[in-house]
Amino acid sequence: MELLMSILIGLMFMAATYLILSKSLLRIILGTAILSHGVNLLILTMGGLKKGKAPLLDTPGLPAYNDPLPQALILTAIVISFGVTAFFLVLAYRAYQELDSESVSKTRGHEADDE
Amino acid sequence: MSNLVLMPILIPFFGAIFLMLLPRKVMVQRTIALITSVVLILANIYLVYYVYQNGIVAVTLGNWPAPFGISIVGDMLAILLVTTTSLILFSTLLYSFYSIGMPRERFLYYPSVLFMIVGVNGSFLTGDIFNLFVFFEVMLMASYVLLVLGGTKVQLKATVKYLLINVIGSAFLVMAIALLYSMIGTLNMADISQKIANIHGGNTGMITVVAVLFLFVFGLKAGIFPLYFWLPGSYFAPPIPVLALFGGLLTKVGVYAIIRFYTLFFYNETSFALPLLSTLAIITIVLGVIGAISYYDMKTIMIYNILIAVGVILFSVSLMTREAMTGAIFYLIHDMLIKGTLFLVIGVIIAITGFSSIKRFSGLMSVKPSLGWTFFIGALGLAGIPPLSGFIGKLLIVEGAFAVQHYVGGIIVLLSSLFVLLSMMKIFSKGFWGEKKGTFTLDIPYRKMMVPVLILLAISVAYGIFSEGMYPLIDKAVDPLVDPSIYIQAVLGE
Repeated sequence: MELLMSILIGLMFMAATYLILSKSLLRIILGTAILSHGVNLLILTMGGLKKGKAPLLDTPGLPAYNDPLPQALILTAIVISFGVTAFFLVLAYRAYQELDSESVSKTRGHEADDE
Repeated sequence: MSNLVLMPILIPFFGAIFLMLLPRKVMVQRTIALITSVVLILANIYLVYYVYQNGIVAVTLGNWPAPFGISIVGDMLAILLVTTTSLILFSTLLYSFYSIGMPRERFLYYPSVLFMIVGVNGSFLTGDIFNLFVFFEVMLMASYVLLVLGGTKVQLKATVKYLLINVIGSAFLVMAIALLYSMIGTLNMADISQKIANIHGGNTGMITVVAVLFLFVFGLKAGIFPLYFWLPGSYFAPPIPVLALFGGLLTKVGVYAIIRFYTLFFYNETSFALPLLSTLAIITIVLGVIGAISYYDMKTIMIYNILIAVGVILFSVSLMTREAMTGAIFYLIHDMLIKGTLFLVIGVIIAITGFSSIKRFSGLMSVKPSLGWTFFIGALGLAGIPPLSGFIGKLLIVEGAFAVQHYVGGIIVLLSSLFVLLSMMKIFSKGFWGEKKGTFTLDIPYRKMMVPVLILLAISVAYGIFSEGMYPLIDKAVDPLVDPSIYIQAVLGE
């Protein structure tokens, strides 16, 4: 099961890398979203995918619980990446208004008054 | 009493929360922000005294036993860095009053600054790697806001890049933490250190991979070769007080994280990770020097000087000897202070001349000699001329490098000082001497703007002159770096 998940996560990283290297800002943001999904799945996988109960103290069934720590970490990471993505989308919108383009080629240069 | 170590995080946090309630009252914002920073300085100075008397203070939140809760660890290194941070915060706030402008002040500038300080202080003090990630994000979120606040074109462009780089960096940080967790099964730094040493002898391949992954992540934040490409463009965009905060603090948090991780977890990686760190640091110095001497723009010159300092500090950390580590800590604190000072001085120069390129003006000495000599002293301090603050750190670093026969590194560090001096003297001779050229606006609140600059400069000069007095503190800071068992003992309490 861990092997299958690792391959899936690898594919997600691949897609994310490809999207982040593209020209359109929206594709880049989609790429970062996929990247954070891949990372969150990686935490879950690395915590171990043994068959156990959901980490609630009074669930009946299998003898052992799943590791609760990675789930807490993922929850934290999801909220943080949600905040950052929301900020990034608004930033992209502002950049679109101001620079009249959503291509990253317009964001080149920093206009040092050096000449 | 050990709860005191939370003060550097809680004071700016509550300050920021309170300021968010009254965003349009600019005078209230200024007063509260300044009071917060003064209280922060006082608390930190008391903490330095407390840690000096009693050794490392560690508190695990919520009364859980150590590896299961989140530890906040105030060792001398973290406390000294937190104190330096609060001094830079105080000066930058004073400077902001006269330079940042009403529109920004009315849109949550001060709360953002304080939240960034929460993140920086938290990153210095935390004893838990996932908590470190969270504090990094607090710091970065606030820094995105500070970078884009005002919404000019150049800021928007820079923020898009800076944000993207840091989103990727954070993803890799979580990835590295996940990999380390899968091997070690704990997140507490002291516990990780103990388990890496016990289980694997610190020598398996996966540990090396994770060590390099962490180097990648923190190197991206600190701006080492080949990961510094985002830094010159992004740091060029924000207004001067924000730039002083970024240049003084943000990259140094990356440097601190590398110091902490490599002295605590990966000190055994002598076959691959440590030589890699030392090589990358040396290349960073060389490329920083090339950037610093090739530009005529004051801000860009200073930004490349950040890279040089990061390289010097990380090179001496990679040597892993007591002497070099002492030099690195001396140099780290000096560099935070002097970078803050010089960015603020450059801000005054730009306010008077209107340009940041030294090709556009000259002869500033005839108008503002006091500014000229302030800059001169700061520049000599940066280069490491003996009575000033940069000297003792670099001396120890070079001695440390020669002691382990790393002659190439030692000589490059020495030569880099020469080029740092050259780049700073280029600004001094072209901008301040010569015929009067360019238009100078003199109706700025010059004296008020110079007060924070002179405060920081005075601290930095005093730090150089009284480095003998600082030595016991730095020595205490180095103890847990060369002997991780002190740190582990303080946190796990066995």
